[in-house]
Amino acid sequence: MALQQIKNVSGTCVVVAGDDIDTDRIIPARYMKCVTFDGLGDYLFHDVRFDENGLPTAHPLNDPVYKGATVLIGGRNFGCGSSREHAPQAVFRYGLRAIMAESFAEIFFGNATTLGIPCVTATRSNLNVIREKVAAHPKQEMSIDLSLQTATFGDDVFEVSLRASARDALLNGRWDAIGELLDAGDLVAQKAATLPYFQAKSVAG
Amino acid sequence: MGKTLFEKVWDAHSIRDLLNGQTQLLIGTHLIHEVTSPQAFAMIRELGLEVPYPHRTFATVDHIVPTDQRTEPFADPLADAMIKELRKNCDDFGIRYFDIPSGRQGIVHVVGPEQGITQPGTTIACGDSHTSTHGAFGAIAFGIGTSQVRDVLATQTMAIGKLKVRRINVDGKLRPGIYAKDVILHLIRKLGVNGGNGYAYEYGGEVFDRFTMEERMTVCNMSIEGGARAGYVNPDATTYAYLKGRPYSPAGAEWDAAVDRWSSFASDPDARYDDTAAFNAADIEPTVTWGINPGQAVFISEMLPEPDAAEPDERASLFEAYQHMKLEPGHPIKGTPIQVAFMGSCTNGRLSDFQEVARFIQGRHVATGVKAIAVPGSQIVGAQCKHLGIDRIFSEAGFEWRDAGCSMCLAMNPDKLIGDQLCASSSNRNFKGRQGSPTGRTILMSPLMVAAAAISGQVTDARELFSILKKTD
Repeated sequence: MALQQIKNVSGTCVVVAGDDIDTDRIIPARYMKCVTFDGLGDYLFHDVRFDENGLPTAHPLNDPVYKGATVLIGGRNFGCGSSREHAPQAVFRYGLRAIMAESFAEIFFGNATTLGIPCVTATRSNLNVIREKVAAHPKQEMSIDLSLQTATFGDDVFEVSLRASARDALLNGRWDAIGELLDAGDLVAQKAATLPYFQAKSVAG
Repeated sequence: MGKTLFEKVWDAHSIRDLLNGQTQLLIGTHLIHEVTSPQAFAMIRELGLEVPYPHRTFATVDHIVPTDQRTEPFADPLADAMIKELRKNCDDFGIRYFDIPSGRQGIVHVVGPEQGITQPGTTIACGDSHTSTHGAFGAIAFGIGTSQVRDVLATQTMAIGKLKVRRINVDGKLRPGIYAKDVILHLIRKLGVNGGNGYAYEYGGEVFDRFTMEERMTVCNMSIEGGARAGYVNPDATTYAYLKGRPYSPAGAEWDAAVDRWSSFASDPDARYDDTAAFNAADIEPTVTWGINPGQAVFISEMLPEPDAAEPDERASLFEAYQHMKLEPGHPIKGTPIQVAFMGSCTNGRLSDFQEVARFIQGRHVATGVKAIAVPGSQIVGAQCKHLGIDRIFSEAGFEWRDAGCSMCLAMNPDKLIGDQLCASSSNRNFKGRQGSPTGRTILMSPLMVAAAAISGQVTDARELFSILKKTD
């Protein structure tokens, strides 16, 4: 399964302030009543983007100046909470192509990587600088280079980092593991044969 | 050098190293539900893949099911489409499905253990972050995304990097009126909501040795709220006694061999841990959250924290929490009026949770103006409660007794908060909007604390209301 090699993400940024942004915030559970992921982009951060009457709030994603942004800037422990892939699906379908944060929750990180969304980390102090610069120059594009692990914004170059396994997967176009997993052939059956519980029938009881 | 249970289970299920350095891990038991599986089946069909080991996947319906009016079609057409899709997917691929008419439907993390599907020394994956619950049996259990649900369906394996292991000891004796829920809320408060990032938590010590399986499940369930993707307790006699005679447990001659095998997975006494943490059980008091993540918690007797006392860059989070919760720093949490009480969820929706509360609420009544609902975690838990007359005790006390499901834990069914209602909840997440209203507010606590709040109409120390301190001291 040939996938695109993701070496660089460029585009304007949008800042979502705060630490511990959870997956219920990213996509409220009521929008998961669906059997496809289509249309989830419309509900990204829905309950903080719209008030009780459905009117847009002052959320940065509603600000025309950040329209078309492809890099989401978050805080610490971004994506904590549930394992819903609906969250990175909503991020992707909204049009965002990379997330930069101080740290990511484990399951969200894996889910986003599998969709080809690089989740890079930066230090808290650099993120503070980046937030200020984005506010001052919202139309300035950022360029994230995954092999150099840098984020360039105007004349500034910031160090970012990406876990080795995710960097390898994105750079080499194997961020969706299914192709490689299917290649294991007989190894799966051989391992399964060593586990008595694996042989049990599912119709017991 | 000895090994941890995590390493032993990992080694027994590792198939090979993948090119990016992750491991291809065999998933022996796969659990699915209606919310995170339909897109996975769609991808399987789209890619023309098969499900080679359908007997190792088990399904039930939990998130979207109504807990009162359950005849189909459901009033909500989206929910109705989801249950029908799951039924069709299980039929098409030959997957065992605990549907509503089976009498064995329930929250996936209640159903797995009660059916004996959850076993020590196994790997378990499910498209739900609270899959960590199953670690109570000495299994390595992960929450996964929908693409990984597809991977497990198509290959019975997934790609994952090895976790580090942090041993968490809780020694000494819990005081009367302190429950497993207080223990895990305390651990998350102390270790942080992201403290477990990159780790599996191994829980041990005297408190866990004495805990029942249901108490162990309550703690393991919320590992993910501390950032740990998996949490587990080593299997012991308590584990085996729970599993004996369950529908999917080994039986006859296979039983003894299974127990021997299970015991061999327990961490060795000289196992090396990447990190350790120790707590004294006697220090733990009834713990309640006050903010918008499970780490923002206080003892019931404490005042709410002053943002000024926090690190400067933490203050914004505290202000946001106060603004949402409409609470004041420096004030007690005790006495905060509530409008809704929710008793249930994969954290605290098991028989012992309802039994414990029933001991205390007989002859008392939910306060005027409080809506209180009790939702068993499975149809079997519901039937056991009926058999023991527990449902009647709850009903007579003014709780609405419901049918099994996730219900108001995440409000994907009709059970929701309205406006900024404040809910005393035995569930696991207090995120903004979690219980169905964007402005709704959640205070997490133990089941008995929920009952105390329901009866007094405000956040209350259950030990005082139910004279637990007087009775036992």
